[in-house]
Amino acid sequence: MTVNKIKRCVSLYSFQEEYFLRKMTLEDMLVTCQELGIPGVEIIGEQMITGYPRISSSFFDQWHSWLEKYGLTPVCLDQFIFPQIYKNRLMTEDEMVASILEDIRVAKRLGVKLIRVQHSVTSRILERTVAEAEKAGISLDVEIHAPSTLESPFEQELVRTFERVDSPYLGFVLDLGIFTRRLGRIMTDRWMRMGMKPAVAKVIAECYDNRQMDKLEDDIRALNGTQDDLDATFLVKHLVNSDPRHILPYMKYIHHIHAKFSEMTDEGRDYSIPYEEIIPILVEGGFSGYLSSEYEGGWFIQDAFVVDGVEQVRRHQRMLKQLLGEA
Amino acid sequence: MVYDCYMIVGDDFKNVIKDGKATGYQFGLRIPYFSSVIVSLVGSTELKVDGETIPEERMSVTLYGKTSPKASLADDPVTRWEFGDIGLITVDCPGGLPSGEHTIDIRQEVKIGFITGGLFGHDIKKLSIQN
Repeated sequence: MTVNKIKRCVSLYSFQEEYFLRKMTLEDMLVTCQELGIPGVEIIGEQMITGYPRISSSFFDQWHSWLEKYGLTPVCLDQFIFPQIYKNRLMTEDEMVASILEDIRVAKRLGVKLIRVQHSVTSRILERTVAEAEKAGISLDVEIHAPSTLESPFEQELVRTFERVDSPYLGFVLDLGIFTRRLGRIMTDRWMRMGMKPAVAKVIAECYDNRQMDKLEDDIRALNGTQDDLDATFLVKHLVNSDPRHILPYMKYIHHIHAKFSEMTDEGRDYSIPYEEIIPILVEGGFSGYLSSEYEGGWFIQDAFVVDGVEQVRRHQRMLKQLLGEA
Repeated sequence: MVYDCYMIVGDDFKNVIKDGKATGYQFGLRIPYFSSVIVSLVGSTELKVDGETIPEERMSVTLYGKTSPKASLADDPVTRWEFGDIGLITVDCPGGLPSGEHTIDIRQEVKIGFITGGLFGHDIKKLSIQN
Protein backbone atom coordinates (compact mmCIF):
# COMPACT_ATOMS: atom_id res chain seq x y z
CA MET A 1 0.00 0.00 0.00
CA THR A 2 1.07 3.58 -0.68
CA VAL A 3 2.44 5.43 2.33
CA ASN A 4 -0.38 7.20 4.06
CA LYS A 5 -0.76 9.72 6.85
CA ILE A 6 -4.06 8.49 8.17
CA LYS A 7 -4.26 8.31 11.96
CA ARG A 8 -6.50 6.23 14.19
CA CYS A 9 -8.97 7.51 16.75
CA VAL A 10 -12.01 6.26 18.62
CA SER A 11 -15.21 8.04 19.44
CA LEU A 12 -16.11 7.33 23.04
CA TYR A 13 -19.66 7.09 21.63
CA SER A 14 -18.61 3.50 20.89
CA PHE A 15 -18.68 2.73 24.63
CA GLN A 16 -21.99 4.49 25.24
CA GLU A 17 -23.82 1.40 26.50
CA GLU A 18 -21.13 0.70 29.10
CA TYR A 19 -21.28 4.34 30.17
CA PHE A 20 -25.10 4.45 30.20
CA LEU A 21 -25.24 1.41 32.47
CA ARG A 22 -22.43 2.80 34.64
CA LYS A 23 -20.18 -0.15 33.85
CA MET A 24 -17.42 2.22 32.69
CA THR A 25 -16.51 5.73 33.74
CA LEU A 26 -14.95 8.29 31.43
CA GLU A 27 -11.54 7.42 32.86
CA ASP A 28 -12.16 3.68 32.31
CA MET A 29 -12.80 4.43 28.63
CA LEU A 30 -9.58 6.40 28.31
CA VAL A 31 -7.66 3.55 29.96
CA THR A 32 -9.23 1.24 27.37
CA CYS A 33 -8.07 3.52 24.54
CA GLN A 34 -4.53 3.23 25.83
CA GLU A 35 -4.80 -0.54 26.21
CA LEU A 36 -6.10 -0.88 22.66
CA GLY A 37 -3.29 1.31 21.33
CA ILE A 38 -5.57 3.99 19.91
CA PRO A 39 -3.83 7.39 19.68
CA GLY A 40 -6.81 9.74 19.24
CA VAL A 41 -9.97 10.36 21.25
CA GLU A 42 -13.28 11.91 20.24
CA ILE A 43 -16.05 12.83 22.68
CA ILE A 44 -19.69 13.91 22.53
CA GLY A 45 -20.06 16.69 25.07
CA GLU A 46 -23.73 16.09 25.77
CA GLN A 47 -23.17 12.40 26.23
CA MET A 48 -20.25 12.13 28.63
CA ILE A 49 -19.43 15.54 30.08
CA THR A 50 -21.71 16.34 33.00
CA GLY A 51 -23.44 19.71 32.75
CA TYR A 52 -22.27 20.36 29.17
CA PRO A 53 -21.59 23.09 28.10
CA ARG A 54 -21.37 24.62 31.59
CA ILE A 55 -18.38 22.59 32.67
CA SER A 56 -16.31 23.04 35.81
CA SER A 57 -12.65 23.99 35.55
CA SER A 58 -11.80 20.93 37.59
CA PHE A 59 -13.21 18.73 34.82
CA PHE A 60 -10.83 20.23 32.26
CA ASP A 61 -7.87 19.75 34.63
CA GLN A 62 -8.88 16.14 35.16
CA TRP A 63 -9.36 15.58 31.41
CA HIS A 64 -5.90 16.83 30.55
CA SER A 65 -4.25 14.89 33.34
CA TRP A 66 -5.95 11.71 32.07
CA LEU A 67 -4.90 12.37 28.47
CA GLU A 68 -1.33 12.85 29.58
CA LYS A 69 -1.37 9.81 31.85
CA TYR A 70 -2.78 7.53 29.15
CA GLY A 71 -0.88 9.05 26.24
CA LEU A 72 -3.90 10.17 24.22
CA THR A 73 -4.53 13.02 21.79
CA PRO A 74 -7.85 14.88 21.97
CA VAL A 75 -9.14 15.04 18.41
CA CYS A 76 -12.79 15.96 18.07
CA LEU A 77 -15.75 17.31 20.03
CA ASP A 78 -19.20 16.41 18.71
CA GLN A 79 -21.88 19.02 19.26
CA PHE A 80 -25.62 19.18 18.84
CA ILE A 81 -28.16 21.92 18.47
CA PHE A 82 -31.53 21.29 20.09
CA PRO A 83 -33.77 23.95 18.51
CA GLN A 84 -36.86 22.95 20.53
CA ILE A 85 -35.76 23.68 24.09
CA TYR A 86 -38.15 26.62 24.49
CA LYS A 87 -41.78 25.79 25.07
CA ASN A 88 -43.49 27.99 22.50
CA ARG A 89 -40.87 28.79 19.88
CA LEU A 90 -37.83 27.46 18.09
CA MET A 91 -34.35 28.77 18.82
CA THR A 92 -33.42 31.85 16.84
CA GLU A 93 -30.38 31.97 14.59
CA ASP A 94 -28.63 34.19 17.15
CA GLU A 95 -29.18 31.55 19.82
CA MET A 96 -27.82 28.83 17.54
CA VAL A 97 -24.76 30.96 16.84
CA ALA A 98 -24.30 31.47 20.58
CA SER A 99 -24.60 27.72 21.10
CA ILE A 100 -21.82 27.02 18.59
CA LEU A 101 -19.61 29.77 20.02
CA GLU A 102 -19.98 28.03 23.38
CA ASP A 103 -18.98 24.72 21.76
CA ILE A 104 -15.88 26.42 20.34
CA ARG A 105 -14.89 27.65 23.82
CA VAL A 106 -15.34 24.14 25.24
CA ALA A 107 -13.44 22.57 22.35
CA LYS A 108 -10.53 24.92 22.96
CA ARG A 109 -10.38 23.91 26.60
CA LEU A 110 -10.64 20.22 25.75
CA GLY A 111 -7.68 20.67 23.42
CA VAL A 112 -9.38 19.23 20.33
CA LYS A 113 -8.71 20.64 16.88
CA LEU A 114 -12.13 20.12 15.36
CA ILE A 115 -15.81 20.14 16.13
CA ARG A 116 -18.25 17.76 14.46
CA VAL A 117 -21.09 20.12 13.67
CA GLN A 118 -24.44 18.48 13.40
CA HIS A 119 -26.34 18.54 10.14
CA SER A 120 -29.06 20.92 11.42
CA VAL A 121 -26.71 23.91 11.07
CA THR A 122 -27.02 26.40 8.19
CA SER A 123 -24.45 28.04 5.93
CA ARG A 124 -25.21 31.39 7.56
CA ILE A 125 -24.52 30.03 11.05
CA LEU A 126 -21.19 28.64 9.85
CA GLU A 127 -20.28 31.96 8.25
CA ARG A 128 -21.16 33.76 11.46
CA THR A 129 -19.00 31.48 13.63
CA VAL A 130 -15.98 30.69 11.45
CA ALA A 131 -13.99 33.76 12.53
CA GLU A 132 -14.20 32.68 16.16
CA ALA A 133 -13.27 29.13 15.16
CA GLU A 134 -10.22 30.39 13.27
CA LYS A 135 -9.13 32.41 16.29
CA ALA A 136 -9.39 29.31 18.44
CA GLY A 137 -7.62 27.17 15.83
CA ILE A 138 -10.57 24.80 15.64
CA SER A 139 -12.32 23.75 12.47
CA LEU A 140 -16.09 23.43 12.16
CA ASP A 141 -16.89 20.27 10.28
CA VAL A 142 -20.42 19.37 9.28
CA GLU A 143 -21.21 15.69 9.36
CA ILE A 144 -22.18 13.95 6.13
CA HIS A 145 -24.49 11.30 7.45
CA ALA A 146 -27.07 8.98 5.89
CA PRO A 147 -29.57 9.54 4.37
CA SER A 148 -27.56 12.46 2.92
CA THR A 149 -24.41 12.10 0.85
CA LEU A 150 -21.94 14.64 -0.47
CA GLU A 151 -24.15 15.02 -3.52
CA SER A 152 -27.30 15.95 -1.57
CA PRO A 153 -28.62 19.51 -1.99
CA PHE A 154 -27.59 20.84 1.44
CA GLU A 155 -24.12 19.31 1.21
CA GLN A 156 -23.68 20.84 -2.24
CA GLU A 157 -24.74 24.20 -0.84
CA LEU A 158 -22.11 23.76 1.88
CA VAL A 159 -19.46 22.99 -0.73
CA ARG A 160 -20.28 26.30 -2.41
CA THR A 161 -20.11 28.07 0.96
CA PHE A 162 -16.73 26.48 1.69
CA GLU A 163 -15.45 27.60 -1.72
CA ARG A 164 -16.66 31.14 -1.16
CA VAL A 165 -15.47 31.53 2.45
CA ASP A 166 -12.22 29.76 1.62
CA SER A 167 -11.23 28.99 5.18
CA PRO A 168 -9.30 25.89 6.24
CA TYR A 169 -11.51 25.97 9.34
CA LEU A 170 -14.67 24.84 7.52
CA GLY A 171 -15.21 21.34 6.21
CA PHE A 172 -16.86 17.98 6.63
CA VAL A 173 -16.82 14.97 8.90
CA LEU A 174 -17.59 12.00 6.70
CA ASP A 175 -19.63 9.20 8.27
CA LEU A 176 -18.82 5.93 6.55
CA GLY A 177 -22.41 4.79 7.14
CA ILE A 178 -23.14 6.30 3.72
CA PHE A 179 -21.38 3.26 2.28
CA THR A 180 -23.68 0.66 3.84
CA ARG A 181 -23.39 -2.08 1.26
CA ARG A 182 -25.33 -4.75 3.11
CA LEU A 183 -28.21 -4.44 5.59
CA GLY A 184 -27.04 -5.36 9.08
CA ARG A 185 -28.25 -8.76 10.19
CA ILE A 186 -28.43 -7.33 13.70
CA MET A 187 -31.33 -5.20 12.39
CA THR A 188 -33.33 -8.03 10.84
CA ASP A 189 -32.59 -10.27 13.84
CA ARG A 190 -33.95 -7.59 16.17
CA TRP A 191 -37.12 -7.21 14.13
CA MET A 192 -37.64 -10.95 14.16
CA ARG A 193 -37.29 -10.97 17.95
CA MET A 194 -40.04 -8.35 17.93
CA GLY A 195 -42.29 -10.60 15.87
CA MET A 196 -41.42 -10.00 12.21
CA LYS A 197 -41.83 -13.09 10.04
CA PRO A 198 -38.49 -14.41 8.72
CA ALA A 199 -39.77 -14.17 5.13
CA VAL A 200 -40.44 -10.45 5.58
CA ALA A 201 -37.01 -9.87 7.16
CA LYS A 202 -35.43 -11.72 4.24
CA VAL A 203 -37.20 -9.63 1.62
CA ILE A 204 -36.22 -6.37 3.36
CA ALA A 205 -32.57 -7.40 3.37
CA GLU A 206 -32.75 -8.51 -0.27
CA CYS A 207 -34.36 -5.28 -1.43
CA TYR A 208 -31.72 -3.22 0.36
CA ASP A 209 -28.74 -5.31 -0.68
CA ASN A 210 -29.89 -5.46 -4.32
CA ARG A 211 -30.71 -1.73 -4.45
CA GLN A 212 -34.37 -2.44 -5.13
CA MET A 213 -35.87 -0.27 -2.42
CA ASP A 214 -38.60 0.94 -4.77
CA LYS A 215 -40.32 -2.45 -4.62
CA LEU A 216 -39.85 -2.95 -0.88
CA GLU A 217 -43.34 -2.01 0.27
CA ASP A 218 -45.06 -4.06 -2.43
CA ASP A 219 -42.93 -7.08 -1.53
CA ILE A 220 -43.83 -6.73 2.15
CA ARG A 221 -47.54 -6.44 1.33
CA ALA A 222 -47.31 -9.50 -0.90
CA LEU A 223 -46.18 -11.41 2.19
CA ASN A 224 -49.11 -10.02 4.21
CA GLY A 225 -46.68 -7.89 6.20
CA THR A 226 -47.97 -5.81 9.10
CA GLN A 227 -47.85 -2.08 9.75
CA ASP A 228 -44.95 -2.77 12.15
CA ASP A 229 -43.08 -4.35 9.25
CA LEU A 230 -43.67 -1.27 7.11
CA ASP A 231 -42.60 0.97 10.01
CA ALA A 232 -39.34 -0.96 10.27
CA THR A 233 -38.54 -0.03 6.69
CA PHE A 234 -38.44 3.62 7.75
CA LEU A 235 -34.99 2.99 9.16
CA VAL A 236 -33.85 1.04 6.12
CA LYS A 237 -34.86 3.91 3.86
CA HIS A 238 -32.47 6.12 5.83
CA LEU A 239 -29.49 3.95 4.94
CA VAL A 240 -27.32 4.78 1.97
CA ASN A 241 -25.24 2.58 -0.28
CA SER A 242 -23.22 5.15 -2.20
CA ASP A 243 -20.07 4.79 -4.25
CA PRO A 244 -16.94 5.53 -2.17
CA ARG A 245 -15.19 6.99 -5.23
CA HIS A 246 -17.69 9.85 -5.21
CA ILE A 247 -15.88 11.45 -2.28
CA LEU A 248 -12.65 12.00 -4.23
CA PRO A 249 -13.51 15.47 -5.63
CA TYR A 250 -14.25 16.67 -2.10
CA MET A 251 -11.23 15.32 -0.25
CA LYS A 252 -9.83 18.73 0.67
CA TYR A 253 -12.95 19.44 2.70
CA ILE A 254 -13.01 16.13 4.55
CA HIS A 255 -11.21 16.82 7.81
CA HIS A 256 -12.29 13.85 9.90
CA ILE A 257 -13.97 10.49 9.43
CA HIS A 258 -16.47 8.62 11.54
CA ALA A 259 -15.52 5.05 10.85
CA LYS A 260 -19.01 3.79 11.57
CA PHE A 261 -19.65 0.11 12.15
CA SER A 262 -22.39 -2.03 13.61
CA GLU A 263 -21.04 -5.55 13.79
CA MET A 264 -17.47 -6.74 13.60
CA THR A 265 -17.72 -10.41 12.74
CA ASP A 266 -15.51 -13.18 14.12
CA GLU A 267 -13.59 -12.90 10.84
CA GLY A 268 -12.63 -9.33 11.73
CA ARG A 269 -14.68 -7.48 9.10
CA ASP A 270 -17.67 -5.19 9.43
CA TYR A 271 -20.78 -6.98 8.27
CA SER A 272 -22.17 -4.00 6.35
CA ILE A 273 -19.48 -1.52 5.28
CA PRO A 274 -16.72 -2.50 2.80
CA TYR A 275 -13.69 -1.01 4.56
CA GLU A 276 -11.30 -2.87 2.29
CA GLU A 277 -12.69 -0.82 -0.62
CA ILE A 278 -13.00 2.49 1.20
CA ILE A 279 -9.60 2.83 2.84
CA PRO A 280 -7.56 2.58 -0.38
CA ILE A 281 -9.77 5.36 -1.78
CA LEU A 282 -9.05 7.54 1.26
CA VAL A 283 -5.34 6.89 0.75
CA GLU A 284 -5.64 7.71 -2.95
CA GLY A 285 -7.40 10.95 -2.05
CA GLY A 286 -4.60 11.91 0.33
CA PHE A 287 -6.69 11.92 3.49
CA SER A 288 -4.42 12.73 6.42
CA GLY A 289 -6.84 13.12 9.32
CA TYR A 290 -8.19 10.65 11.84
CA LEU A 291 -10.32 7.60 11.19
CA SER A 292 -12.44 7.44 14.31
CA SER A 293 -14.02 4.09 15.19
CA GLU A 294 -17.70 4.65 15.87
CA TYR A 295 -19.55 1.55 17.05
CA GLU A 296 -23.31 1.84 16.77
CA GLY A 297 -24.53 -1.73 16.90
CA GLY A 298 -25.48 -1.82 20.55
CA TRP A 299 -28.98 -0.43 20.09
CA PHE A 300 -29.99 -3.41 17.97
CA ILE A 301 -28.81 -6.11 20.32
CA GLN A 302 -29.25 -4.59 23.79
CA ASP A 303 -32.71 -6.16 24.17
CA ALA A 304 -31.24 -9.67 24.06
CA PHE A 305 -27.46 -9.55 24.46
CA VAL A 306 -24.79 -7.91 26.57
CA VAL A 307 -23.28 -5.14 24.44
CA ASP A 308 -19.47 -5.26 24.35
CA GLY A 309 -18.30 -2.03 22.75
CA VAL A 310 -14.73 -2.64 23.91
CA GLU A 311 -14.43 -5.94 22.03
CA GLN A 312 -16.10 -4.43 18.96
CA VAL A 313 -13.66 -1.51 18.96
CA ARG A 314 -10.72 -3.88 19.52
CA ARG A 315 -11.69 -5.82 16.38
CA HIS A 316 -12.37 -2.67 14.39
CA GLN A 317 -9.04 -1.11 15.26
CA ARG A 318 -7.25 -4.34 14.36
CA MET A 319 -8.92 -4.19 10.94
CA LEU A 320 -8.01 -0.51 10.49
CA LYS A 321 -4.38 -1.24 11.35
CA GLN A 322 -4.28 -4.03 8.78
CA LEU A 323 -5.89 -1.93 6.07
CA LEU A 324 -3.65 1.05 6.84
CA GLY A 325 -0.57 -1.12 6.60
CA GLU A 326 0.33 -0.68 10.27
CA ALA A 327 0.03 -4.32 11.20
CA MET B 1 -35.60 1.76 19.69
CA VAL B 2 -32.70 3.32 21.57
CA TYR B 3 -32.26 2.20 25.20
CA ASP B 4 -35.95 1.28 25.38
CA CYS B 5 -35.30 -1.85 27.38
CA TYR B 6 -33.50 0.14 30.09
CA MET B 7 -36.14 2.84 30.60
CA ILE B 8 -38.03 1.43 33.59
CA VAL B 9 -35.79 0.83 36.59
CA GLY B 10 -37.47 -1.67 38.89
CA ASP B 11 -35.12 -1.30 41.86
CA ASP B 12 -36.86 1.95 42.71
CA PHE B 13 -40.43 0.60 42.43
CA LYS B 14 -42.31 1.14 45.68
CA ASN B 15 -45.23 2.85 47.33
CA VAL B 16 -44.62 6.33 48.69
CA ILE B 17 -45.60 6.59 52.33
CA LYS B 18 -46.36 9.90 54.02
CA ASP B 19 -47.46 10.09 57.67
CA GLY B 20 -48.04 6.35 57.65
CA LYS B 21 -50.27 6.41 54.57
CA ALA B 22 -49.49 5.47 50.99
CA THR B 23 -50.00 8.54 48.81
CA GLY B 24 -48.78 7.03 45.56
CA TYR B 25 -46.06 4.91 44.02
CA GLN B 26 -42.83 5.50 42.18
CA PHE B 27 -40.35 3.89 39.82
CA GLY B 28 -37.09 4.85 38.17
CA LEU B 29 -36.88 6.11 34.59
CA ARG B 30 -34.00 6.54 32.19
CA ILE B 31 -34.46 8.63 29.05
CA PRO B 32 -34.40 6.59 25.81
CA TYR B 33 -31.84 8.67 23.95
CA PHE B 34 -28.10 8.54 23.32
CA SER B 35 -27.09 11.75 25.07
CA SER B 36 -28.26 13.95 27.89
CA VAL B 37 -31.41 15.92 27.14
CA ILE B 38 -32.47 19.30 28.38
CA VAL B 39 -35.60 18.54 30.39
CA SER B 40 -37.83 20.74 28.25
CA LEU B 41 -37.23 18.16 25.51
CA VAL B 42 -38.66 15.36 27.62
CA GLY B 43 -42.03 15.26 25.89
CA SER B 44 -45.22 13.39 26.59
CA THR B 45 -45.26 10.43 28.95
CA GLU B 46 -47.90 7.84 28.15
CA LEU B 47 -48.08 5.63 31.21
CA LYS B 48 -50.30 2.62 31.81
CA VAL B 49 -50.20 0.75 35.10
CA ASP B 50 -52.03 -2.58 35.08
CA GLY B 51 -53.80 -1.37 31.96
CA GLU B 52 -55.03 1.89 33.47
CA THR B 53 -53.94 5.07 31.69
CA ILE B 54 -52.37 7.52 34.13
CA PRO B 55 -52.84 11.20 33.23
CA GLU B 56 -49.69 13.32 33.34
CA GLU B 57 -51.29 15.61 35.94
CA ARG B 58 -50.81 12.79 38.44
CA MET B 59 -47.08 12.46 37.75
CA SER B 60 -44.12 14.25 39.25
CA VAL B 61 -40.45 13.84 38.44
CA THR B 62 -37.56 13.82 40.91
CA LEU B 63 -34.23 14.64 39.38
CA TYR B 64 -31.05 15.57 41.25
CA GLY B 65 -32.96 15.94 44.50
CA LYS B 66 -35.63 18.26 43.13
CA THR B 67 -39.24 17.17 42.62
CA SER B 68 -41.45 18.95 40.08
CA PRO B 69 -44.79 18.27 38.42
CA LYS B 70 -44.18 16.36 35.19
CA ALA B 71 -45.79 19.13 33.11
CA SER B 72 -43.36 21.74 34.46
CA LEU B 73 -40.37 20.10 32.73
CA ALA B 74 -41.50 21.77 29.52
CA ASP B 75 -40.74 25.17 31.11
CA ASP B 76 -37.12 24.39 32.01
CA PRO B 77 -34.70 24.98 29.11
CA VAL B 78 -31.59 24.65 31.31
CA THR B 79 -31.53 21.50 33.48
CA ARG B 80 -30.03 18.45 31.80
CA TRP B 81 -31.21 14.92 32.40
CA GLU B 82 -27.80 13.37 32.05
CA PHE B 83 -27.22 10.35 29.83
CA GLY B 84 -28.08 7.18 31.76
CA ASP B 85 -29.14 8.95 34.96
CA ILE B 86 -32.20 7.61 36.71
CA GLY B 87 -35.03 10.01 37.57
CA LEU B 88 -37.94 9.02 39.76
CA ILE B 89 -41.50 9.15 38.46
CA THR B 90 -44.00 9.45 41.30
CA VAL B 91 -47.66 8.80 40.58
CA ASP B 92 -50.24 10.36 42.85
CA CYS B 93 -52.45 7.44 43.96
CA PRO B 94 -54.03 7.54 47.43
CA GLY B 95 -53.64 4.12 49.03
CA GLY B 96 -50.78 3.17 46.71
CA LEU B 97 -50.65 -0.13 44.86
CA PRO B 98 -51.49 -3.46 46.49
CA SER B 99 -48.71 -5.98 47.16
CA GLY B 100 -47.91 -8.23 44.24
CA GLU B 101 -46.99 -7.96 40.58
CA HIS B 102 -47.85 -4.92 38.47
CA THR B 103 -47.34 -4.12 34.82
CA ILE B 104 -45.75 -0.79 34.04
CA ASP B 105 -46.05 0.27 30.40
CA ILE B 106 -44.43 3.55 29.43
CA ARG B 107 -44.09 5.32 26.10
CA GLN B 108 -41.83 8.34 26.43
CA GLU B 109 -41.38 11.05 23.84
CA VAL B 110 -38.05 12.83 23.38
CA LYS B 111 -38.32 16.01 21.32
CA ILE B 112 -35.34 15.75 19.03
CA GLY B 113 -35.83 17.99 16.01
CA PHE B 114 -33.61 16.20 13.55
CA ILE B 115 -35.34 12.84 13.98
CA THR B 116 -38.24 12.80 11.53
CA GLY B 117 -41.53 11.95 13.18
CA GLY B 118 -40.11 12.44 16.67
CA LEU B 119 -38.58 9.87 18.93
CA PHE B 120 -40.48 7.58 21.26
CA GLY B 121 -39.11 4.95 23.58
CA HIS B 122 -41.33 2.15 24.83
CA ASP B 123 -40.74 -0.20 27.73
CA ILE B 124 -42.99 -2.66 29.55
CA LYS B 125 -41.92 -4.36 32.76
CA LYS B 126 -43.66 -6.50 35.31
CA LEU B 127 -42.54 -5.41 38.77
CA SER B 128 -43.39 -6.50 42.26
CA ILE B 129 -44.28 -4.38 45.23
CA GLN B 130 -44.15 -5.51 48.87
CA ASN B 131 -46.13 -3.55 51.41
